[in-house]
Amino acid sequence: MVKVRIWGGLRVHTGGEAEVEVDAQDLRGVVAALGARYPEMKPALEGGVSMSIDGRLYTNRWFEKVRPDSEVVVLPRIVGG
Amino acid sequence: MPKDIATRTFKQVGTRPLRPDGIEKVTGRARFGADFSLPGMLVGKILRSPHAHARILRIDTSAAAALPGVKAIVTAKDFPEADDGLHDIRMNVMAREKALYDGHAVAAVAAVSAAVAREALRLIRVDYEVLPHVTDVDEAMKPTAPILHPHMVTAHESPEAKRPTNVAGKYEFGHGDPEAGFRKADHVVARTFKVEAAHQGYIEPHACVANITSDGQGDLWCCTQGHFMVRAISAGLNGMDLSKLRVTASEIGGGFGGKTTVYIEPVAVALSRKAGKPVKIVMTRDEVFRATGPTHSASIDVKIGATKDGRITGAFAELRYQGGAFPGSLADMGAMAAFACYDLENVRSIGWDVVTNRPKLAAYRAPSAPAVCFAVESVIDELARKMGMDPIDFRLKNAAREGTLSSYGPTYQAIGLEATLRALKAHPHYKAPLKPGQGRGVACGFWFNFGGQTCTSLNIGLDGTVALSVGTPDIGGSRASMCLMAAEELGIPYDKVRCIVADTASLGYNDVTDGSRVTFSSGLATITAARNAIKVMCARAAAIWGIPEDAVEWVDGHARPTGPNAGNFPPLSLADIAAQSHQTGGPIAGHCEVTAEGAGVSFGAHLADVEVDRETGAVKVLRYTVAQDAGKAVHPAYVEGQYQGGAVQGIGWALNEEYVYGKDGRLQNPGFLDYRIPVCSDLPMIDTLILEIPNPGHPYGVRGVGETPIVPPMATIANAIASATGVRMTHVPMSPPRVLKALSEA
Repeated sequence: MVKVRIWGGLRVHTGGEAEVEVDAQDLRGVVAALGARYPEMKPALEGGVSMSIDGRLYTNRWFEKVRPDSEVVVLPRIVGG
Repeated sequence: MPKDIATRTFKQVGTRPLRPDGIEKVTGRARFGADFSLPGMLVGKILRSPHAHARILRIDTSAAAALPGVKAIVTAKDFPEADDGLHDIRMNVMAREKALYDGHAVAAVAAVSAAVAREALRLIRVDYEVLPHVTDVDEAMKPTAPILHPHMVTAHESPEAKRPTNVAGKYEFGHGDPEAGFRKADHVVARTFKVEAAHQGYIEPHACVANITSDGQGDLWCCTQGHFMVRAISAGLNGMDLSKLRVTASEIGGGFGGKTTVYIEPVAVALSRKAGKPVKIVMTRDEVFRATGPTHSASIDVKIGATKDGRITGAFAELRYQGGAFPGSLADMGAMAAFACYDLENVRSIGWDVVTNRPKLAAYRAPSAPAVCFAVESVIDELARKMGMDPIDFRLKNAAREGTLSSYGPTYQAIGLEATLRALKAHPHYKAPLKPGQGRGVACGFWFNFGGQTCTSLNIGLDGTVALSVGTPDIGGSRASMCLMAAEELGIPYDKVRCIVADTASLGYNDVTDGSRVTFSSGLATITAARNAIKVMCARAAAIWGIPEDAVEWVDGHARPTGPNAGNFPPLSLADIAAQSHQTGGPIAGHCEVTAEGAGVSFGAHLADVEVDRETGAVKVLRYTVAQDAGKAVHPAYVEGQYQGGAVQGIGWALNEEYVYGKDGRLQNPGFLDYRIPVCSDLPMIDTLILEIPNPGHPYGVRGVGETPIVPPMATIANAIASATGVRMTHVPMSPPRVLKALSEA
């Protein structure tokens, strides 16, 4: 199990919980687990999100491993100019 | 951290060679978007809505079609709806049921000349039902506001809020309890700020040539920050297979984020396909201002509390961003960036994404961060003044560091904010005396940076020179940086590497040149491609010598035998190995296909001296210094150029640049005479301090540098004005009339 921190906008789907625990081995698993548990969150997740593991940002890395002690944060998709 | 950063002494990276595209550009031979021509080419022009908000009842193109010389006309009917995720951009490229802003495209023609095309546009009859409009973000959020999209509801809002609205989304970040933090504070400052929209102000208007042949295949040449993105959208909107459309990026006369989307390219493709001839479209400056992405405009509330010894106890910001007629004002990025510079126990930021009857927003260097930085850093400055603290010391006392839980969620790895602030404080500029009427301001800023999909190919020529193909348009000197990194890795001179921006048929997909990503991600791919080519060359040398591949190492551009049983062979240079390649296994190349991650966030701190003319309200920038962490400056002159360019654009936004709308919802200043960007004579030389705190996510420690420099200038200038006059400006741009008004009301 890994603890995942959710940005505030998505907390409406988690009953206000800022941090939830999911069973996942990598970032794809985190997204899949969140979508399965909170179906109303799925459009936002499928629309594209960025994630960070231990402070490092990822935008497109399904298979990046997460450990039970990893700090995982789900964020809006980072864009730039 | 990669071992390269800790142990490597760079020989070429960090030097300042001439840019490879310099001669073409200064002699006028470089080919920009409007420089492409083809035999039999038609001229494409676009009819645009004169109304801010209007229902399109009927479009009659019959008279235009009958005009001799008109070869094709397209409207929204030529871009049928599809479930492809391109809904908004399809609507923006060509208005459907409604025109949503002054300048929204409604039809386009291709004709044998510009004169015929203009006459054809005049003959197209569009019947509009003019609707009430809204261009101000606060007005657009009111329940009584005209609704742009009847089916829009607020995303990420509780279910009971699901009613038609102009508020597309709500985004919230933070931790702790700001209200509890304010109760602990000795000083609390709360203010509301307004920031007007600015345009990216690139000198080269959008331009393209499309040539679609009767077999459904074609080419498109255009100025863009991302030709693979152009291919995806242009092919998608025209129902073409990706492989049937090859897109080639021209040289680019400025982008700054504004050329990360499409406007005219799918239209040119549609017209060319219909006419059976090449079609060229070049936007006028008026069209660029009215129909291409400016930034958001915003209104922002900020409240920050601190103890009398200078520790921030609570921080709150509410951001209302309008991003034009479609969702995507990037209020989420703004809310994330709001307090990213600080180590805070109690912090919350809320961003509202709002639609209005303005052109669809496009990114502009660190999109969304400058406005919120202006608001937050102004309040930080005011708090420091209230407490009598040095503004840099106050920031240092609260600065985010490695291990800080950021206000937007993740815990920071190694970051350079503290170093930039200390560098600024130690700079002679900070201690230089000021005259009466002059003031000094400081502010710091943050941006995320990212990597993205990248594909690079490096080919070794028979003569030992190297052809490097990248898929990221060069908007800031990236070809020179790529050549430096390839030369560094291969151990050959810089001028033996030529870097080109390859077309969409020649490389795998590359994300757009944005997010300050190119030197990071195409650089990472170039280094990897070079290392892959080195592996091949070592293997060839091993075969030539008849020794195992792992008994060969690459040192200073040569393969050398290594280890006790490798034998004693004279080193083979890259040129030696290349010359024999046709007999040792064929061409030698290195490739890299990667989604580059680990770009590393970026911080900068700016310092400005200004003089305020109390009679006219004019603000003159006397001195300006930028300090920023580059990770590793591959070509320091280009890093300095990015710092200077970002600062200048931020100063322009701070002092003059704004979109001015009339009561009719039409843009009043769509030209450089009325939309004033700074020129060289307006500004002092921008001084720069490059800090190098290596990014552990890159083999050379590189961080993106292109966006962060535009983040602090508005706040820096506002704080300098406050220092000079004692008056706190809360509305950007701080143009002479606004400064004069603030001075008279003080």
